[in-house]
Amino acid sequence: MGLYPPPQKIWWREPIAKTEIVWIVIAFIWGLAMFFMMIYWHAVGEQNLSNEAYRVTPEAFYEKASALAEAHQVGEEAGTPVVHPPPGSDIYLVGRLWSWWPIFELEKDETYRLHISAMDWQHGFSLQPVNINLQIHPGYDFVVTVTPDRAGEYGIVCNEFCGIGHHTMIGKMYVVE
Amino acid sequence: MAQSPDFRTCPSTGLRIHRSAETLIKANAVVAVVFLAVGGLFGLAVALTRWPAVHLLPADMFYLALTAHGLDVLLVWIIFFEIAVLYFASAIVLNSRLAMPRVAWTAFALMLIGAVITNVAVLQGGSSVMFTSYVPMRADPNFYLGLILFAVGALIACAIFFGTLVIAKEEKTYEGSIPLVTFGALTAAIIAVFTLASGAIILIPTWLWSMDIIKHIDPLMYKTVWWAMGHSSQQINVSAHVAIWYAIAAIVLGAKPISEKVSRMAFLMYILFLQLASAHHMLVEPGISSEWKIFNTSYAMYLAVLGSMIHGMTVPGSIEAAQRAKGYTNGLFEWLRKAPWSNPAFSGMFLSLLMFGFLGGISGVVLGTEQINIIMHNTIYVPGHFHATVVAGTTLAFMAVTYLLVPMIFQRELILKKWAMVQPYLFGIGVAGISVFMMGAGTLGVARRHWDITFADATLSFEYPPAAFLMMGLNGMSAVLAALGGLIYIVVVVGSILFGKRIETKAAADGEPAPVVAAVGKYGSAGTLAIPGTVALVAVFFTAFVLYYFVNWKYLSEVWPLQ
Repeated sequence: MGLYPPPQKIWWREPIAKTEIVWIVIAFIWGLAMFFMMIYWHAVGEQNLSNEAYRVTPEAFYEKASALAEAHQVGEEAGTPVVHPPPGSDIYLVGRLWSWWPIFELEKDETYRLHISAMDWQHGFSLQPVNINLQIHPGYDFVVTVTPDRAGEYGIVCNEFCGIGHHTMIGKMYVVE
Repeated sequence: MAQSPDFRTCPSTGLRIHRSAETLIKANAVVAVVFLAVGGLFGLAVALTRWPAVHLLPADMFYLALTAHGLDVLLVWIIFFEIAVLYFASAIVLNSRLAMPRVAWTAFALMLIGAVITNVAVLQGGSSVMFTSYVPMRADPNFYLGLILFAVGALIACAIFFGTLVIAKEEKTYEGSIPLVTFGALTAAIIAVFTLASGAIILIPTWLWSMDIIKHIDPLMYKTVWWAMGHSSQQINVSAHVAIWYAIAAIVLGAKPISEKVSRMAFLMYILFLQLASAHHMLVEPGISSEWKIFNTSYAMYLAVLGSMIHGMTVPGSIEAAQRAKGYTNGLFEWLRKAPWSNPAFSGMFLSLLMFGFLGGISGVVLGTEQINIIMHNTIYVPGHFHATVVAGTTLAFMAVTYLLVPMIFQRELILKKWAMVQPYLFGIGVAGISVFMMGAGTLGVARRHWDITFADATLSFEYPPAAFLMMGLNGMSAVLAALGGLIYIVVVVGSILFGKRIETKAAADGEPAPVVAAVGKYGSAGTLAIPGTVALVAVFFTAFVLYYFVNWKYLSEVWPLQ
């Protein structure tokens, strides 16, 4: 009984019931399978985060982002520039209180090196409805290589609490044919 | 025989109960329940705000209530109750006196003062930074100070527990090894030391930073160390509530572990591997390598998960063995059908076991898979998962054991027994709803910690699918059920302590050995008794686990290619 000392003083010598042994072996193998599944996905899966990130100051990052936006702006929506960068290029997305800046227009099935960083507090990059979620820190340039494979209009919700305006922090992204 | 004024004998269990230990257990448990009531109320307000049709609180009050909710239930209620469990599992279970009761009162005072200071800071409105208080967002210095005092108090309480184990050994109050329940509590206490030390390591510099004494706290470093407290403290809960599962099975049914060795090894795996779980919160962070993420998030190849999967068989297995020994041997499940389902201690414990495994355990492993985390991180799936572990698992187990502690420690009979009988079901169904609907909304992308998923005040717009709104509404309704269950718990427990019929007791005779309660018989020793019902339950669990795991890889494979 669990509330009393083990009746047999040398309990560590007791044989283990067969049911228990079988379950321990199955559970252990399942653990290994789940462990190697993550490694396997790095080899063959298409959805893996890069290990690429850089330390960056908010000012330096913002400078790159605004230079890109200025060079490739194709429109404007609610005061935010819509930017159509060349396929294959490095693109810079700024998270700040309380907006994602600018709005990108990307081409379907083209690949971009997306850099994201925060200007102030932490933010959560949550691309909807495709449901890709990344944590964005100030001082870190997070690099993810993305290949949008469906055209459409996407929302970027902030899903890390960032103060009283958190629920108004919404961005946009377009993927065009 | 002489009467000892320091001890009394419990008439129902025959345990020798140290009066100072008893008073401390009462104090810690009462404060715990008070904070459960406060924190639960904040939780209800949060859920009603996130129910789109109700949308109860304004934005600032919502973020304040959410901060207070996390703080009061996740930290204060649970740690206070765990301290009561530690004192119970050492002094009471081992028939010993408690080490240094005066110091234990100091620990109690520090924890209480700390909890109050942090709560005041939050209620003043300047510290709505969420329970996690990620830098560089800044709270009032008192927010951190209160947490530090609380952690120091809890550390001292752990030291009292260790001291009591030493005293019990020295004074030979038991023979052989410590009982399994105490072993589980020891596991919880060891993890608690790691956890609380991590908390102090990160909160002290953050407190200094909030007063401008330190210039910079790196946000990534903060998260890594903070979660060594934040997640590991959930592992204290797991160890504590598994110990309580064993204790309730032992007290209510006389169940004994199928094998002491296996159950203890499973606890040992918690001590060795659970601390790596900080990684669960770092899977989509910049600047951390995949190697680190994979090794840590899997607790070194899922060895701690293996521990939980073992308990998942040995706890129901020991119950089945006990029931079969009593003659409930028909078919696969007579032992389960004829279990004492009207005893809230048993029903609460068994529901806690089922929901912790099926809802909390499976979702936790899936959520903690490096790549799958991309489609779940910071969505409301995350609170869906941890309400299944911490509320359905830990809180329900703690509630269940209270129904045993009230007669044993408070020496009062339960009042409103019918209400108590219904309570675990009401609370259990409510929490199951909360966690399932939040997980559902999370897979549709709904953000956690978010006041308005219609984005009415934003300059740009985005619309979640209608199903997401339906899920959030159902979540709100489930929260009302759970709150009702919580309310009944508090009415029954507080009412019983104040107005329950007193159970008479006598002082313990000196030197009287603890009588052995109810002969347990010879069943259950390794390999002698089959447990086919448990095997069937475990097979269902394992199938659900494997299917759900691969379904989520399938979901992941459908999102944009990322490298």
